[in-house]
Amino acid sequence: MKKIVSASVFLLLIFLYACQSDKEIEQQRYFVNGKSIFEQHCQNCHGANGEGLGELYPPLTDTVFMRSNKSKIACIIKNGSNTALMVHNKKYEGKMPAESDLSDIEIAEIVNYITNSFGNKLGDYDVNNAAADLKNCQ
Amino acid sequence: MKYFGALIISLTAFISCTQPEKKLPILGNREPVEKTVDGKVVVDTVYQTIPSFNFINQDSVQVSDKNFAGKVYVADFFFTSCTSICPIMHRNMLKVYNQYKSNPEVKLLSHSIDSKYDTPSQLKKYADKLGVKGDMWEFVNGPHDAIYGIAEKSYLVSVAADSKDPANFIHQGWFVLVDKDKRLRGAYDGTDPKQVDQLTSDIQTLLDEYHTR
Repeated sequence: MKKIVSASVFLLLIFLYACQSDKEIEQQRYFVNGKSIFEQHCQNCHGANGEGLGELYPPLTDTVFMRSNKSKIACIIKNGSNTALMVHNKKYEGKMPAESDLSDIEIAEIVNYITNSFGNKLGDYDVNNAAADLKNCQ
Repeated sequence: MKYFGALIISLTAFISCTQPEKKLPILGNREPVEKTVDGKVVVDTVYQTIPSFNFINQDSVQVSDKNFAGKVYVADFFFTSCTSICPIMHRNMLKVYNQYKSNPEVKLLSHSIDSKYDTPSQLKKYADKLGVKGDMWEFVNGPHDAIYGIAEKSYLVSVAADSKDPANFIHQGWFVLVDKDKRLRGAYDGTDPKQVDQLTSDIQTLLDEYHTR
């Protein structure tokens, strides 16, 4: 009886562990895919290290900005941006072109990548988050 | 006699260390011409040079080949609303600018290939935001045909408006190095940081060529 209990506890632990890492693996997949989409669609202006370019294109390294605007990033990517942004206490007023061809999941991948790179550590973000954020675009 | 071997080795080492001074090649078309020097007919080579030009820069000032006389300069073609290769090119060009901005013998010349949108005030905004001051780096606007003509014929850079997308232009990201005699001395892929590093050191090689003459 003791053996059965310990064996089932052991099995349960394995399943729990497996489930958790499934989620982790999924997030890692978002991050890796996000990196390659970033390279194609964003990196020219925002730089390989998210450093931006002068006062033309804002850097993605302002962790405070990223944290407080996390739910708006999906909309900015999808629809572009026309409004001035304050990043690292500098004003950026250029237009950002819309990436309207990107799907929700691709946008989720980009957001996952940029909010967990360049000094940002904002954690999980998936297609459900992106779909919810994109519903609230202004 | 037993030192002879050592002598040979050190001599060889010495000779191999004194390499001939590095010189950049002269690019573009060339043709031989015969001319008479001191009564003798000699064959000389005429190299392709940049013809005279006249554009307007970011400060709405006329800029011509005269502003580039006696300068080593780097020319490229871009437009301010470009989100493809131009930001990469100018991120790299900014390194060249920072290296040589206080050197009066070096200039940079960026031609806009979108003459309608890139007015001098638009170019000024762009230069300011890029962090470029003064007139070391000129951003110029000119008539469409003049810019496209000088790109293709003189700097040998291919540019074209994209017929499928009116907001787009197809162009190459070459940085073309021009010497004080208006000859083409190098072409570097402006999107490749390694080639731009090569450009940065080649500018110095070219300057040294003039200094040691």
